[in-house]
Amino acid sequence: MSGETQGKRKFSRRDFLGLATIWAAVISGFTVLAGVFRMTKANVYYEDSKKFKIGKPEEFPIGTVKQLDEKRVFIFASNDGLHAITSVCTHLGCIVAATDWGFQCPCHGSQFNSDGKVIAGPAPRPLPWLEVSRHVDGNLMVDASKEVKPGTKVKIYL
Amino acid sequence: MENSKETGIKKLLENIKKLKSSMAASYIREGKPESDMSRAAVMFNNFFLHFQGVKTHLNTLRPTYTFGLGLIALFLLVFTTISGFLLMIYYNPSIEHAYNTVKDIRYVVFGGDLTRNIHKWAGEGMLIFVILHMARVLYTGSYKRGREFNWVIGIVLLSLTFVLNFTGYLLPWDQLSYWALVIGSNIAQSPKEITDILGITKFFDIGGFQKELLLGGTIPGKETLTRVYFLHIMLLPLFLFTFLGAHFWRVRKDGGLTKPDDFVPSISPEKMGGIFTTHKTYGLMALARGKTPAVDRDVENTVLSWPHLLRAETAVFMLTLAGVLIYSYFVSAPLKELAAPLIPENPAKAPWYFLGLQELVSYSAFMGGIALPSLALLGLGLIPYLDREQDHVGVWFSSRQGLYVTITSFIVGTAVLIGILVIVINFGWFRNWWPDVPQVLITLVNPGTIWVAFTIAWSVLVINRTDSTRMGALALFTLFLLSFLILTYVGTELRGPNWEFYWSRSQWPVH
Ligand code: HEM
Ligand code: FES
Repeated sequence: MSGETQGKRKFSRRDFLGLATIWAAVISGFTVLAGVFRMTKANVYYEDSKKFKIGKPEEFPIGTVKQLDEKRVFIFASNDGLHAITSVCTHLGCIVAATDWGFQCPCHGSQFNSDGKVIAGPAPRPLPWLEVSRHVDGNLMVDASKEVKPGTKVKIYL
Repeated sequence: MENSKETGIKKLLENIKKLKSSMAASYIREGKPESDMSRAAVMFNNFFLHFQGVKTHLNTLRPTYTFGLGLIALFLLVFTTISGFLLMIYYNPSIEHAYNTVKDIRYVVFGGDLTRNIHKWAGEGMLIFVILHMARVLYTGSYKRGREFNWVIGIVLLSLTFVLNFTGYLLPWDQLSYWALVIGSNIAQSPKEITDILGITKFFDIGGFQKELLLGGTIPGKETLTRVYFLHIMLLPLFLFTFLGAHFWRVRKDGGLTKPDDFVPSISPEKMGGIFTTHKTYGLMALARGKTPAVDRDVENTVLSWPHLLRAETAVFMLTLAGVLIYSYFVSAPLKELAAPLIPENPAKAPWYFLGLQELVSYSAFMGGIALPSLALLGLGLIPYLDREQDHVGVWFSSRQGLYVTITSFIVGTAVLIGILVIVINFGWFRNWWPDVPQVLITLVNPGTIWVAFTIAWSVLVINRTDSTRMGALALFTLFLLSFLILTYVGTELRGPNWEFYWSRSQWPVH
């Protein structure tokens, strides 16, 4: 159509403006959409801190197996030191129960050995070991957002 | 001035006297439905009736053609909508009060329990009848001849019906709600299984994004309930009604329901009254482009929608209402204990219609929760485009061969699926055999993916053997229905604590 007026120019001003309008609309549409989705993610959540104190080392004599329900972790104390394993199943988030041989998830039957390694069921990953550290006030702290290598234990008995 | 004032008052009095008849006339604009002319005009001019044609094909009125399934789904939707409005009067979407207000509705509010049951059972009934309706459409080949797009709209409606039911049972904030949210949100997060394998989770965590979008956090909490409530009462119903409008519009524009090409009426249309040849009101509709019932062939076999279609619809309505009322009167919708974020139930089961998926999820979260359901929806949606044969429309199972293929697929499919399940239940899967098997292998090769691969292979085989894509469609859909049935049964009846296998609930260990 536009070719009639000027043989060389395939693209008339009208075509250009039309296309530009459409693309502007598409791009701004996506920008708005991105903004909308960003808006759904608040900058701060109403949730407990992932890093929390669990008590003084004396409270964990050798042989302790303690489940901190609220914090969703297990604490184990042995000769080699102390470690924390999450109680949240890596499959779909149910709370696992400690058994003689390890952990059992009630939801879809995942089983983990006492190191958290998957031995049966659909869980895709082992139960993570969580970072344990010592706070300046002498309390032990667990950071549930930081995984450590399985086997990492904190020496607390001198 | 004096004069006109007098006549003005007079006119007013006169109008007041005539109020009854003039208001009636404005409402019953076409006159009383005593002649074919006025009945036709009502159908044509009334907003609520014009979704239907002035005339209806006799085949559409055959009870054994549609079984009224789509209509039943529609009426159930009407009941859920109305009962939902009533529930909203008391329900409070906050984690402090939600559970207690639902309890109030159950035990304190007059008619509350019945209303809640109606809402619950009509909602779940929709699932059943939407699936049955879809089966009717498929087995009669009614996704053909211009109806391809409406089939796709149907798939959207099916998905919306599922999601509406899901968001619904999250609202009472009982144990079921809470753990369904934990599991549901982690399914939303499960693309992580794949991004982890590819090692790109750090830059592109689509799973994590979806989870936080649903939860408004990382664990279910007050933000979550607000979002779920908004979805359940606003956004999803809005979508559902919009798509439903499009669905009905398309049924009309695609020329009404399908009918066999060689339709022979069992009763003569004359006997049903109003063959309607003298007044040509359908002349107007011939202007509309595309097919409409009137310009279609076979006008002789149509009858006036008023009263024939409306009468049939009213009957279906009354039956549906009676069914829902009776069921809701006797069967209470469940309500579990208040949500306890630290103690999952054992077993933590979703409502029955998700237990088939839960069984698949127990093989692999990503495959069972996301990939396979998406693939199933995609496959269903593609059926009209992969099978474009245009003959035998409007006939149940198309032909004897179609019936044969359907039955064979059902038997073979049942045997294969049960075979797979027997293996999993007796011998476990890869991880029980080779403890160090990499996760990729389980994600890719598990009972769920093997079964889906089989359904595809079987359908292709059928197409190859019969030289007909329609037969392939029948086979594929039959296998889909059958997997829904069997997996739902296994998840509901045969799975107990720790998702272990039990022949019946009575064998579950008591602790
Ligand atoms: C909320 C869910 C739905 C409602 C309320 C609904 C309602 C209806 C109604 C009332 C009809 C008229 C004929 C009949 O009753 O069978 C119809 C026709 C149709 N529906 Fe649906 N439907 C729904 C979902 C679906 C689904 C899931 C599909 C398929 C995937 C589908 C595909 C069709 C098609 C193709 C027709 C035309 C049938 C023909 O021409 O014979 N619908 N629907
Ligand atoms: S959530 Fe633990 S096995 Fe599914």
